[in-house]
Amino acid sequence: MSEQKIRVLVAKPGLDGHDRGAKVIARALRDAGMEVIYTGLRQTPEMIAAAALQEDVDAVGVSILSGAHNTLAPRIVQLLRDQGMDDCLVLLGGIVPQEDIPKLKDEGVAEVFLPGTSTEEIVKFLRANVKPRG
Amino acid sequence: MPETKEITSPLQGAAERWERETLEPALRKHPEAKKHFQTVSLEEVNRLYTPADLAETDFQRDISFPGEYPYTRGIHPTGYRGKLWTMRQFAGFSTPEETNARFKYLLAQGQTGVSIAYDLPTLMGYDADSPLAEGEVGKCGVAVSSLADMDVLLAGIPLDQVTVSQTINAPASVFLALYLVVAEKQGADWKRISGTLQNDILKEYIAQKEWIYPIRPAMKLVIDTFEFCTKHVPRYNPVSVSGYHIREAGATAVQELAFTLRDGIEYVDWGVRAGLEIDQFVPRISFFFNAHNDFFEEIAKYRAARRIWAREMTERFGSSNERTLKLRFHTQTAGVSLTVQQPLNNIVRVAIQALAGVLGGTQSLHTDAYDEALALPTDRAALIALRTQQIIAEETGVVNTIDPLGGSYFIEALTDKMEAGALDYFRKIDAMGGMVEAIEKGFPQREIQDSAYQYQKAVERGDQIIVGVNRYEMKDEQSEVPILVIDESVRTHQLERLQQTRDRRDAGGVANALEKLKRAAQKGENTMPATIEAVRTYATLGEICSALRDVYGVYEEPAF
Repeated sequence: MSEQKIRVLVAKPGLDGHDRGAKVIARALRDAGMEVIYTGLRQTPEMIAAAALQEDVDAVGVSILSGAHNTLAPRIVQLLRDQGMDDCLVLLGGIVPQEDIPKLKDEGVAEVFLPGTSTEEIVKFLRANVKPRG
Repeated sequence: MPETKEITSPLQGAAERWERETLEPALRKHPEAKKHFQTVSLEEVNRLYTPADLAETDFQRDISFPGEYPYTRGIHPTGYRGKLWTMRQFAGFSTPEETNARFKYLLAQGQTGVSIAYDLPTLMGYDADSPLAEGEVGKCGVAVSSLADMDVLLAGIPLDQVTVSQTINAPASVFLALYLVVAEKQGADWKRISGTLQNDILKEYIAQKEWIYPIRPAMKLVIDTFEFCTKHVPRYNPVSVSGYHIREAGATAVQELAFTLRDGIEYVDWGVRAGLEIDQFVPRISFFFNAHNDFFEEIAKYRAARRIWAREMTERFGSSNERTLKLRFHTQTAGVSLTVQQPLNNIVRVAIQALAGVLGGTQSLHTDAYDEALALPTDRAALIALRTQQIIAEETGVVNTIDPLGGSYFIEALTDKMEAGALDYFRKIDAMGGMVEAIEKGFPQREIQDSAYQYQKAVERGDQIIVGVNRYEMKDEQSEVPILVIDESVRTHQLERLQQTRDRRDAGGVANALEKLKRAAQKGENTMPATIEAVRTYATLGEICSALRDVYGVYEEPAF
């Protein structure tokens, strides 16, 4: 049985231009054998959700360092759910205060990865949590 | 040079004897901890440096004296004995009122210069009421949409006495205009005021990525500010050519050095081609470097920067004016090196990085606060960062002697290696036609991305140790520091002032001023006078940038 490749959209919402993390993650996931699409900078949640649908991804990795995560991340989750992508995981990486994490998870963010996380950990998380396609 | 040879060969023999008789037996008993020793830039470092490593060095030519060509040992003949560096803490958050209060607090604590951090909408040329600004107003810096905000931000800060540095790039010409109009309202003479505008658009395309217009018109705006300042604000520094962000994006020390200085050369080149007199505008170009973890590599980087700049200004541009040749720079400790884990450890990192900046001869310094991997700094964290500089300046004695590490075999060899590495990049970039062309090809961008990835892999292999992250971790660590929270009430406050401003101003006057600015841009005239006029009518940042976007278009990043 040939295993299907995990498809991930790496996205940079908001005005923040710090894309070092997003690009390192994109390359690490590619090196781990996943299909990775990088949105480029300054995508609105609507653009990200549309790209996720068009690319038919299993997960969206969102990188935010600007402090706008409480506004942007839940909106992306909501838009994905609205278009029926219930199984699509939303992972958040960046500068996120510990206190914000429980609420983000309640709002549907699958996991929050803080600075210092190894790319290996993210690969493992995706492999363990992406639902096999039926 | 025959005399060098005579010195080298007996030395070479002595070094070989030491290796054979003293080192090898010791290595047999106690092998070294690892096979390769590398800097944080993943550059191999030798076990020992001796005079043999400086066989090609000529003291007068390469090292020389402070205040003399090629300025390796510093630009001031008295080092820090005459004047300490400027302690300039970068600050900005929330509303102009809040940031103004932080400035006054820091000045009262002995800080000697002011440095403004703007929020992301401002950096991108959007007003606080733009839909794109939602969630970002006042978060990463202070929100400024018009002269009404700038008046509040700089209230009670006498611009003829305190120098203000503004970190703003794509809309920099608007912020120069705002600054000049506030100075005018304070009664300060443009001929006497100073200050610094970051205005380094090249590094935006390379690393920081807060751009608005395509590269070439954006370069034209930079040159407009050079020309305007040369004529009307002669003591102002219209650009701070920045390696800081290039390094933060993942560059090695050599890449930071090479791309930054090559950016500087590009500005000089464009200025000269626009008809500016080199020795009139280049003396006001300043630089901004990172201070990362690798202590000696950083010191060598600053020393090499001065030497390269002096040589390039002489050899490429034929200048012999010492103010053109002297590279002045600001330093900031490496934000990217700060850890969320065990955040108080960051105080130690910052102190060591700051010390490297000082030993490298920086003209001004920002020390990061220990909580900056978590959020913008609290008052308490910002104060400790300032105190760190004061301890280095007043307690350690490192300011007593000029360039105290000069002449160290290691430092001099590393300085040479930095210079050689940078010149190698210069050759590649020159062959592409210059830095603008190299950026259009994605060359520096790709080099930096590669380095960032290599570094991440080195961390994950455990070749690069980060205390608290991949060694000496603490599970279930207690969150030990309070953090600064900026809520959405900032946006409401800013929207109110913006609405009042729009209601009170003369709408016809604003429209005329914006039309005049567009015409100046279309005709290729200097845009500064029309920008100043627009700012005076309370045209907003968003309106001015939108007018220029209509003329210049917007930059779209190609996929690299």
